Amino acid sequence: MRSAPDPASAETVRPDDDALRLRVRGLAKTFVLHHRGGVALPVFAGVDLDLRAGECVALAGPSGSGKSTLMRCLYGNYAPSAGTVRLRVDAGWLDLVAAPPREVVEARRTRLGYVSQFLRVIPRVPAESLVAEPLRRLGCDGAEALDRARGLLARLNLGEALWRLPPATFSGGEQQRVNVARGLIAPREVLLLDEPTASLDAANRDVVVALIREALARGTAVVGIFHDEAVRAALVTRAFEVASHRAAARGHGAQA
Amino acid sequence: MSAGTHSPPSLPPSPPPLLSARGLGKRYGARWACRDVGFDLWPGEVLAVVGESGSGKTTLLNLLAQRVPPDAGTVRYALRDDAGGTAAVDLATLSEQRRRTLARTDWGFVEQHARDGLRMTVSAGANVAERLMALGASHYGRLRATACDWMSRVELDPGRVDDTPERFSGGMQQRLQIARNLVTGPRLVFMDEPTSGLDVSVQARLLDLLRSLVDDLGLSCVIVTHDLAVARLLAQRMLVMKDGAVVEQGLTDRVLDDPQHPYTQLLVTSVLQP
Amino acid sequence: MSAAPTAEGYTFAFLDEQTKRHVRRAILKAVAIPGHQVPFGSREMPLPYGWGTGGIQVTAAIIGREDVLKVIDQGSDDTVNAVNIRRFFARTTGVATTTRTADATLIQTRHRIPERPLRDGQIMVFQVPQPEPLFRLEPRRAETARLHALADYGLMSVRLYEDIAHLGAIAATYDYPVRVDGRYLMSPSPIPKFDNPKLHRSPALQLFGAGREKRIHAIPPYTTVESLAFEDHPFEVQRWPQACALCAATDSFLDELIVDDAGTRRHVCSDSDHCRERREAGHVGSDGSA
Repeated sequence: MRSAPDPASAETVRPDDDALRLRVRGLAKTFVLHHRGGVALPVFAGVDLDLRAGECVALAGPSGSGKSTLMRCLYGNYAPSAGTVRLRVDAGWLDLVAAPPREVVEARRTRLGYVSQFLRVIPRVPAESLVAEPLRRLGCDGAEALDRARGLLARLNLGEALWRLPPATFSGGEQQRVNVARGLIAPREVLLLDEPTASLDAANRDVVVALIREALARGTAVVGIFHDEAVRAALVTRAFEVASHRAAARGHGAQA
Repeated sequence: MSAGTHSPPSLPPSPPPLLSARGLGKRYGARWACRDVGFDLWPGEVLAVVGESGSGKTTLLNLLAQRVPPDAGTVRYALRDDAGGTAAVDLATLSEQRRRTLARTDWGFVEQHARDGLRMTVSAGANVAERLMALGASHYGRLRATACDWMSRVELDPGRVDDTPERFSGGMQQRLQIARNLVTGPRLVFMDEPTSGLDVSVQARLLDLLRSLVDDLGLSCVIVTHDLAVARLLAQRMLVMKDGAVVEQGLTDRVLDDPQHPYTQLLVTSVLQP
Repeated sequence: MSAAPTAEGYTFAFLDEQTKRHVRRAILKAVAIPGHQVPFGSREMPLPYGWGTGGIQVTAAIIGREDVLKVIDQGSDDTVNAVNIRRFFARTTGVATTTRTADATLIQTRHRIPERPLRDGQIMVFQVPQPEPLFRLEPRRAETARLHALADYGLMSVRLYEDIAHLGAIAATYDYPVRVDGRYLMSPSPIPKFDNPKLHRSPALQLFGAGREKRIHAIPPYTTVESLAFEDHPFEVQRWPQACALCAATDSFLDELIVDDAGTRRHVCSDSDHCRERREAGHVGSDGSA
C-alpha cells in the first residue's frame, strides 16, 4: 500500500465531488438459512464506503470475513439486508439495492463490471466470443469486438488455438485469463475484482496488473480482493477492513 | 419506478412496459392454479418463470398469451398504433380477430413439443412462410427466399426447405418452430419449456441460438422452465412459483445466488451438479 | 319443346311450399353474403346423395311456370344424369325445357359452365359435392367455420405453396378455390379451372347447392371472383393444342374421346350446345360430318 489505511466510513462528501463513483451507506448482510432451522449468519453491518475515480480500494480481512459477500452486494448479485449502494450515473445516482432489475442490468452493461472468482462457462460459446460480448452489448461492431478480444487474449498469453474453443476444457489458469479479459475489455466506471490473479503465473499476473493499472489511469474506480501481496503493492491506494464490521452484523442478525 | 433514486431520474425515461399483469389468476373448480400474479415486462427483457410441476407456471404462460381466459386480474399489452407509437390495451377487450392477428404478428409462442407448433405434413418452407401468407404475402419466390433465409438463421440447411418437419430431428424441429415464430418480427415471444425433452448437447445448441436471437433481435420473452440453468442462461429476471403463487422474483443471478424465500432456497440447493 | 303433362299426386316441382320458402330464405342469405356457406334443411329427394340433390332442391325452390329449363352434365344435355333430372322437372312442373343455352332462363349443371356467355336474367344452379374449400386441409367443421369467420385463409395459401414447391405449379385443375367479393374463400364446385374466369362478374345469378352437406352458397351478378394464385405463379386456364373435331373450336373445353377399339382419339367440345351452334353457323372440324 502506498499510504496509511484511511478509514472510509463517516467521510463528509462534498455535493460537487465529481470524482465520486460509488457511495455505500449502512450496508448490512445477514444470511438466513431456512432449511437449517432459520439460522441467521451475520456477515457485516454498518458498512460505509466511498469510491472515487482512479482509486483502488482493497477489501481486506481473513478468509471468511465476508469480502466476496460484500463485493457481490455491490454488484447486486446478493441482496443486502439493509443499506444503499449508489452508483453514479448520467443524471444522478442509482441505488442498486432498490432499483428494478432492468436498471441494474443496464448499469452492468454500461458502467459496472465484475470479475468473479470463477468463470461461468456457457456451453458452445468460444472464448473469443465470451470476451467480445461486453463490447457487442455496448453496440460495438461484431468484427471489431472480436478483434479487440483476440488482442486482449494475446496480451494475456492465451494461445491462439484456444480462442475459438469453448473454455469448458481449459485449465484453471486459462479460464481465469478468459474471465479477466471478459471483465476488463470494456471501459467501466466501477470495476469489482475478486481475486483476478488467482491461478496465474507471475508473467500473466503482471499482465493483469498492467491492465488494471491502465483502467485506473483512465479513471475507473476499482474495488478488489487481492491475496497476492505484490499485486496489492502495485495497485492498491487504500484498504477497507470488512472483518471489523462483523460485530455490528450480529446486532443486525435479529432483524433478518 | 425506481424507489432508490432520490435525485432526478438516473436513466433516460423508460418506454412504457410491453406487458403488464395485475392480480392475474385462474381457477379450476375450487382450486386456484395460479393466483394474484403481477409484474411488468419491458422491451428487451427476458423473464423466466420457474417452478416445479403444479406450480402454475404453465397456467400463467397460457393466461398471458391469451390462450385461456382469466378468472381474476388483467393483462395489458402495448399495442402498436398507426402513428408508430404504442398504447397499452387490456387484452380482454380485444376481439378474437384482433387477438389472433396479434398472436400471428407481434407475438410468438414456442411450444414445448415442436409437433404442437408446426404443421408436420407440409414443407419446412411452408411452415416458416405461413404467417406471411396469412397476412397476404403472395409472391412465391420471395416467400421461399425468406423461408430459406430464416432457416439459415436458425442454423438449418436451407437446402432442406422442401423437407417436411417429420424428416428433421427433435432439435431441428424446435429450431424450425422458432423460425416460424420469428418470421413476422414479433416483439414478444412466449416459450414453454423450449429445451425439455431434447438431448443435452442439442439443448446446448438450442440455448445458444435462443441467446443470440434474443440479443440480436431485442426480443422480450417469457420463458417457462423447470431448469434453473436455462433460466440463468437466458433470462435477466426470474419469477419463482409454488402452488400457484409467486414466492420470489428479481434479478436472475440474485435469486439463484442469494435466494431469500425458503422454497427458492430449497429449489436452488436441490439441483444436481454433474 | 313444349310442356309435357305433369304427373299426378305431386306438388309443383316436388317440394312442398314451406320447404321451398325455407330454401329460398337460405338462397337470399347466400346472395346477401357472397361466397358464404349457408346451412339449410336438406330434404330427402328421389335421387341418392352425390347425384345432385342439392342442385335439384335449389332449382325446385325457384322454378316458375314461365321458366325454360336446361340441364347439363359435364357440358352435355344427353347424358343419363341430365336426361333424368330434366325429365323429373318436366314431370313435376310441366315447365318448358331446352338444350339451347341461349333460350334457357334456368340452367342446372354438374361440373361445367356453358361456353356461351350468360346474360342478365339467367340463373345457373351448380351441383356441389363438397362445399367446404378447406375440407381436405382441415376436416373439423367447427374450425373451418372459425377460419371463414376470421378470413383466416393462410392454410389454403400453404396448400398452394406446397404444390408449387413439389410440383412446380398449383396442382388443382378442377374445383379450384376462389375468393368471392374479396372476402370468402369458396369452392366453385368441381368445374374445370378453365371455367373459373366465367364466374367473375357474370351477368347471371349463380347458385350452388350441396344436398348431402346441407349448404347453399351464391354469387350475385357482377361479383368479383378471383382464383387464388401467387404473383409469380399467376392463374392460368387449360389449353389444348387440338381443335374440336366437329366444329373446329380452339377456345372451348375439349373432351378427349376414344372412338374405336384401335384407340383412335378425338377431341370434341364438352359443351354439346355450343358445338351445335358453331356447326349451324358453318364451322366445320377435321371430322367433316355434323
